[in-house]
Amino acid sequence: MKIKQISIFLENRKGRLYDVCSLLGKNDINIRALNVAETESFGILRIVVNKPDVAIKVFKDADIVAKITDVIAIEVDDRPGGLADILKVLADEDVNIEYMYGFVEKSSDRALMVFRFDDVDKAAAILKKHNIRIVTEQSVREL
Amino acid sequence: MIWNEKYECMPVNELKQVQSERLKKLAAYIYTNCSVYKDKFDKAGIKPDAIRSIDDIKKLPFTTKIDMRDNYPYGLFCKDQKEVIEIHVSSGTTGNPTLVGYTRDDIKLWSEVMARCMACAGAEPGDTIQNAYGYGLFTGGLGAHYGGLEMGLRVIPMSSGQTQRQLKIMQDFKPKIISCTPSYALYMAEEAREMGIDPKKGSWKIGVFGAEPWSEKMRNEIEATWNMLATDIYGLSEIIGPGVAQECPNKNGLHIFSDVFYPEIIDPDSGEAVAEGQDGELVITTLTKQAIPLIRYRTRDIVSINYEKCKCGRTSPRISKIKGRTDDMIVVRGINVFPSQIEHVLLGIKGTEPHYQIIVDRQQHQLDEVEVLVEVNSKMFSDEVKQLEELKRKIKKEISAVLSISAKVTLVEPKTIERSMGKAKRVIDKRQM
Repeated sequence: MKIKQISIFLENRKGRLYDVCSLLGKNDINIRALNVAETESFGILRIVVNKPDVAIKVFKDADIVAKITDVIAIEVDDRPGGLADILKVLADEDVNIEYMYGFVEKSSDRALMVFRFDDVDKAAAILKKHNIRIVTEQSVREL
Repeated sequence: MIWNEKYECMPVNELKQVQSERLKKLAAYIYTNCSVYKDKFDKAGIKPDAIRSIDDIKKLPFTTKIDMRDNYPYGLFCKDQKEVIEIHVSSGTTGNPTLVGYTRDDIKLWSEVMARCMACAGAEPGDTIQNAYGYGLFTGGLGAHYGGLEMGLRVIPMSSGQTQRQLKIMQDFKPKIISCTPSYALYMAEEAREMGIDPKKGSWKIGVFGAEPWSEKMRNEIEATWNMLATDIYGLSEIIGPGVAQECPNKNGLHIFSDVFYPEIIDPDSGEAVAEGQDGELVITTLTKQAIPLIRYRTRDIVSINYEKCKCGRTSPRISKIKGRTDDMIVVRGINVFPSQIEHVLLGIKGTEPHYQIIVDRQQHQLDEVEVLVEVNSKMFSDEVKQLEELKRKIKKEISAVLSISAKVTLVEPKTIERSMGKAKRVIDKRQM
């Protein structure tokens, strides 16, 4: 149910995002979802890739600070109000979202969104209870 | 004017006798009243009665900042705390701060030497001084205050900061003397122009500037900008605070009051005296202080000394401006900072390993800015911005608590801090002094 997200510390310097992405390309790792959080002096790149365990090793070897965080990928109906319906469930059940972002690909007529919850297990249980479709690690790999 | 002509202009041979008498008394006093010094003397195999003249000072052991730290708080005191009427605390290298204490007679001595400084700079009784050194645990503010009172100046106890108010006070009360750090004098000029005040028309005619290193170039700029005489004052809290040495209007070295603060210039490695006029580490013995007298205190400041009688009539020798340090201490906005203090802060914050760099910079006519670069490691890193911002805030707060300076904290990627010979370069000082 949970999938692995890799977060990477980036200084606000020209070319840093390129460095990281080209490292992934060289190692035949494909990015499925991507998000950058930026501050005045640094950024955090968050990615979901097809081979997270290989990716983390590649980063470590290159002295890039990276860590794995469990996140949940949710299928969202691609229609007006589709995301709002899911957010309503989460709000009603008092689940806190730290941040979220979209996948590059779509799964048929559904959009894929990555959610980072402070309590990932509680969130997963609630999503399941409400029959909200969660994307598995396996299907992320196969996208 | 010369505040204490008897001592400041004393013929050299007489001065030597005074110094010898005082050193003899000091050796006996400190040996009897301070067990730390007694042990130091015993270890060096020296008894107080072996001290017969000032030349015997070479037989005595040095005192260092480490002695002050290791014997914190009261180990180096020769007087009961009941006789101590004021204490000041300054930063230590790590861990314990440096504590200094004054008896009533020590405060009298401090007032006396600061009055000598004010007079040496050109002040006359009845003049007004705007004292913009910080009041509080820092010795600058109160030292200048006591000196002003002693010589009968009208003292405006401004303390540091509040620049617009400083300038308003200058306009309203027309003080002739300003005391502050030299960089603050230039900063105030910039602010004055912004307020529509022409610094050249300011009331300050004499500046008593110290607490940080500064150059002749900076002096020329201050003098031209404010149309004043800019003099250099030297001191350190371990010895007494400001008031150890002061330039006269000849601006050719700082008169060190050697009847009370006996100077030696040594090779920092061998501990031996350097030839007269050569650069070396300034070592000071407080000949008459009571609460914490110090014998051969290693200041870590590099100076040269000139024993020639000055045109002003003073025979007290003159030390050069500070030419450097024998340790890695830097002075930021008049505050002494040791890189090890920042290292200590980082170590104390969970998950932080001390790969860091301190960058000190000063834009033209602005105050010093400090930036601390900290390399992020996987333990500190989080996928959440707020966690990293919190870490930055915590480091900044701790640095401010320990050093009393506000530093900008920047998180950087691993291995981005330049390492030379395997060791990181801890301080990059970009300031043009």
